[in-house]
Amino acid sequence: MSDYRVLPGPEHFLPPAAASMGICLPNPGEAHINGVIAPEEKAYEEAARQFLMAKVPTIFPGPLVLWAWNEKAAKKATAVRHLFNTLVECVQPGQKPMLIPMPDYRPKYPKINPEVEINPNHPNLTIWHNRIDCCMFIGVHCHQANLSLKIIRGGTSCYTIAMCAQAGHEDAMLSFRDASVEKIMKLADTVKRLKGTVQPRLASAKNGVSS
Amino acid sequence: MADIHSVIGTKNKKGQTYTDTWKMMNEAPRTPSFYTGSEVIKEALRRASCDVMIAYPITPQSEAAALIGELFAEGYIGDYFRGESEFAVMSQCAGAAFGGARVFTTTAGPGTMRAMENFPMWSGARLPIQMIVTCRGINSPLSIQPDTLEIAYLLNTGMLVWHAETAQDFFDWILKGYMVSEEPDVHLPLALCCDGFFVTHTKDVVNLTPADMCLPPYDPYRSPVPCMDMECPPVRMMRDPFVMKSNYISYATHASWQQEIWAAVERSRKHSIHWLNGLIDTENTDAEIMIVASGTAVSQGREAIRLLEDEGVRCGLVKLKTLRPWPEEEIREATKNAKHIFVPEFNVTGWLAKEIKATIPNHERVHAGPHVCGGMTMPPEIIVSEIKTALGMKTFSLAGRGS
Repeated sequence: MSDYRVLPGPEHFLPPAAASMGICLPNPGEAHINGVIAPEEKAYEEAARQFLMAKVPTIFPGPLVLWAWNEKAAKKATAVRHLFNTLVECVQPGQKPMLIPMPDYRPKYPKINPEVEINPNHPNLTIWHNRIDCCMFIGVHCHQANLSLKIIRGGTSCYTIAMCAQAGHEDAMLSFRDASVEKIMKLADTVKRLKGTVQPRLASAKNGVSS
Repeated sequence: MADIHSVIGTKNKKGQTYTDTWKMMNEAPRTPSFYTGSEVIKEALRRASCDVMIAYPITPQSEAAALIGELFAEGYIGDYFRGESEFAVMSQCAGAAFGGARVFTTTAGPGTMRAMENFPMWSGARLPIQMIVTCRGINSPLSIQPDTLEIAYLLNTGMLVWHAETAQDFFDWILKGYMVSEEPDVHLPLALCCDGFFVTHTKDVVNLTPADMCLPPYDPYRSPVPCMDMECPPVRMMRDPFVMKSNYISYATHASWQQEIWAAVERSRKHSIHWLNGLIDTENTDAEIMIVASGTAVSQGREAIRLLEDEGVRCGLVKLKTLRPWPEEEIREATKNAKHIFVPEFNVTGWLAKEIKATIPNHERVHAGPHVCGGMTMPPEIIVSEIKTALGMKTFSLAGRGS
């Protein structure tokens, strides 16, 4: 097993892909936390804890859930909204949950508006500008998600979570696989259950980038 | 939208049953058949639920390409046509794959080289195209004979690269190859190589799966990138690349993109081990003398081992099935007892020996050879001779062969 761990950065000018460092994706029924395979149950707890600790816990829904291209996507979008609403209900004063869309992957030149959207070609702008210290990708095509997750890990201290509908993401600090409506709802339930048990790190929130 | 599981057990327009691939490859009855390698490619494609095959004639793959045309005429392939050149073919394959098709093509030697620009583009765009490479000479003066030099050029394209020893490997790996390369965490093109003529134009007994079973169709909705969309990467990147934007984040994104391709090659390791029953096969790994080879050099090495056994020399074998992913740990483990490692190759540069030297500790153990190239055969006796010479044993010379 690899000694490498997928941890919040800033890691490196050009951090490696975690897969190249020997980190393997979880099998069905499993997740990974920091690159270590873990039972999915443990991952729900850790993801909920990270959300509840963060100053700006943020969900980045991608095109696979933002567009109602099939019935499952529409249901997932509703579940994502429910998770966000749950976060809003469960955080403490001073914490600011956000829901920032990633509607497509078009490079936005000459400038992206990081207040409005995140984009794999400019993920750090959104993380930096919004001071996001914990985020979850959901419904983002795997290749595009990995581009962003590596750049975020390279240049910021943001804790990244992937709720992936396919095989998961080693480049996130925590990753679920085979995401479904049920899994999103279960994460929301876990957030609700842990409400009030986790101390937010309001004082120490930073992102490794000077403004 | 295709749902793979929902079509299992249903029939396609040719009456073939979409079958769980693991069951088809491992549990279904096999029929021994006496076929050339080219005919085996056709039979594998018959069962591959392939949407598009694009062809261009170049020896020694022309026969396979023509035979697949017959499959199209029979209705087993969704679409089939001849491109204007190998470069055109590979570009057209990209177009079909961008559109969500399961794509197949074949090439060889100078054709591979002519089309080379497309291969990193395929992997960068995460297109799980399968390309058969029936290796032959690439340099001037012209040679159409077996020579594996072109594989060296494919190793850093970001494609998966497998090297088949036999027609049986070919049949199985064409079908299994789609299973690996279409995994969403991999989703890369596969260059399935063999030694031209030695495999394509010789007949062998190959155990075929039932012709009325076929692979489940490709599901493009599991792709890690969107299906063709002119505004989104990777398609937009073709006309509006990062390189045109001089800022840190465009470079970082391109760097991250490249890393992701190689991460996907790494991820293919798990799936390749599952489908190929390991990235390598081994024999006698306790021996102090090992032969490490890929392609038909494995067969020659196996025969050399038999000849050496007759003389009381114990020798082991490592057959490399995949070159990308590179079976680094497996090679280290399999050669840990070896004092001498011989790497027979059908090319002039010895690229495989270089890769192995870069992989193992104490690489002075590696004897880069014997080499033949330009279409020469590699009699097992020259492997035996190379080994015996290195061991200080008396051996005969084959230097006068053919004179």
